[in-house]
Amino acid sequence: MTLVRRPGFALSAGITLLGGTLMILLPLAALALKAGHARAGTFAALLGDPRVRTACLFSLGAALAAALFNLLWGTLLAWVLVRYPFPGRRLADALVDLPFALPTAVAGLTLASLYGPKGWIGRLLPFPAVYNQLGVVLALSFVSLPFVVRSLQPVLEELPRDLEEAAACLGASRWATLRRVVLPQLLPALLSGFALSFARAVGEYGSVVFISGNLPFKTEIAPLLIVVKLEQYDYDGAVALAVVMLAVSLLVLLGVHLLHRRFGGARHV
Amino acid sequence: MSEIPLPAEGVGEPRWLRWTLTAVAVAFLLVFLVLPLANIFHAALSEGWRVFLASLRDEEAAQAIRLSLLSTGAAVLLSGVFGLAAAWFLGRHRIPGHGLWVAVLDLPFAISPVVAGLMFVLLFGLDGWFGPWLDRHNTQIIFAKPGIVLATAFVTFPFVARELLPLVEALGPEAEEAARLLGASPWQTFWRVTLPALKWGLLYGVILCASRAMGEFGAVSVVSGHIRGETMTLPLHIEAVYNEYQFGAAFACASLLSLVALVSLALKSFVAWRARRDREAA
Repeated sequence: MTLVRRPGFALSAGITLLGGTLMILLPLAALALKAGHARAGTFAALLGDPRVRTACLFSLGAALAAALFNLLWGTLLAWVLVRYPFPGRRLADALVDLPFALPTAVAGLTLASLYGPKGWIGRLLPFPAVYNQLGVVLALSFVSLPFVVRSLQPVLEELPRDLEEAAACLGASRWATLRRVVLPQLLPALLSGFALSFARAVGEYGSVVFISGNLPFKTEIAPLLIVVKLEQYDYDGAVALAVVMLAVSLLVLLGVHLLHRRFGGARHV
Repeated sequence: MSEIPLPAEGVGEPRWLRWTLTAVAVAFLLVFLVLPLANIFHAALSEGWRVFLASLRDEEAAQAIRLSLLSTGAAVLLSGVFGLAAAWFLGRHRIPGHGLWVAVLDLPFAISPVVAGLMFVLLFGLDGWFGPWLDRHNTQIIFAKPGIVLATAFVTFPFVARELLPLVEALGPEAEEAARLLGASPWQTFWRVTLPALKWGLLYGVILCASRAMGEFGAVSVVSGHIRGETMTLPLHIEAVYNEYQFGAAFACASLLSLVALVSLALKSFVAWRARRDREAA
């Protein structure tokens, strides 16, 4: 296919390619080259460090737990918002975006106080919910809640009802219809919402520092460890850890991309 | 005669289940989202209006607000100009490597804010690529305001482009071509045909970009150096006063950011509603 140059081609091409290169690719190249020049053994030493290993595993585990939490609640929210009209539905729908609109530091601040020992919710709980692993999962769940809802909603809205009606007419119970007719059609959107939520949670920093207590070997997450290493002028260590984290989130995003390629559907949330 | 087994209320869940699920979902929203929000305003005013107002008028808080506004403005401008150009360019032309460039737009979302900050330290820090050169010219980017602006702009850079790209593709080139055939210049075509068709999408992207830029924490935290009264943004200021146990002041600033967030949510809903109405009218 030949490239049609419309008027404005040169200007828009210039802004796009220059902007993309300077603003996105150049910083990325700095990280990649620095990692390439790191002393041999930096990565081995990094992953051999028990503090780093613990932080990485905890980051992955907490993000996974948060993504699962969002998968369950997000599915329920999307289902109710699309299928059941109720007064205030528009308001509830707008509210789902609150975690994206609220600065993460503000989210962390209020969650730490709300679930803290003197907070409205914290004082009702028989167990501590802040400055421990639970608090981290709570913050990660909060900041990434909208992903599953927003990737599921458009698919649910366009789901043809007649398939469900056909299944019902053929004698399938409602439960069987949901499981065998509806769920398979929602699966790609569910998976991509789950993955986006996980990717966001793995990299999250702002909300966690307020609620985790930042205890090494206990509630320390990988992004926090990067900051700690930078403050100690351990640039090689910070870069190596950053590359590991970047690889994880790029893999997840690649998975989402392939999923959309295979099944189509809304590209972005 | 065989009966057709249609449920009494049509296809769907029984009424009691619908109400139960709706009630559970609403309760979840109230506890998980509304309560934290209410808690911010409650805590902000718990020490009285005087403390509340004093914490916002404080010199350091005022500086933080100014820097936050500056970096948000710069981020919106960069994201907007780049977004319009990139969406139109990638939406109208199939350049070689098209898919790759679209994927590049997703990169800032895949990168942890802390890693984003680190990348700018590697570029402009004292040991970075341009560090020695900047140092010779007595310019500082890292641990100074330019670094904060850059880090904020990086995190929000593709917001507008990603919002506009599907719109440009859906719009198609026909209207632009018609305008050109009728004698409009390329700029006239852009201002009178392309931009009006994209205005709600552009506004939506700008709102997303501004609210993220206003609240960015991780990337800014890495490049800021936390110099009080100089390189603090409002979210960083909140952390600083919180760590000094000035909870009232922390929540007062947090309530200001929450108000901005609520306004942005309302604006987003309004813009989405107007865009839908325009689409249906067309």
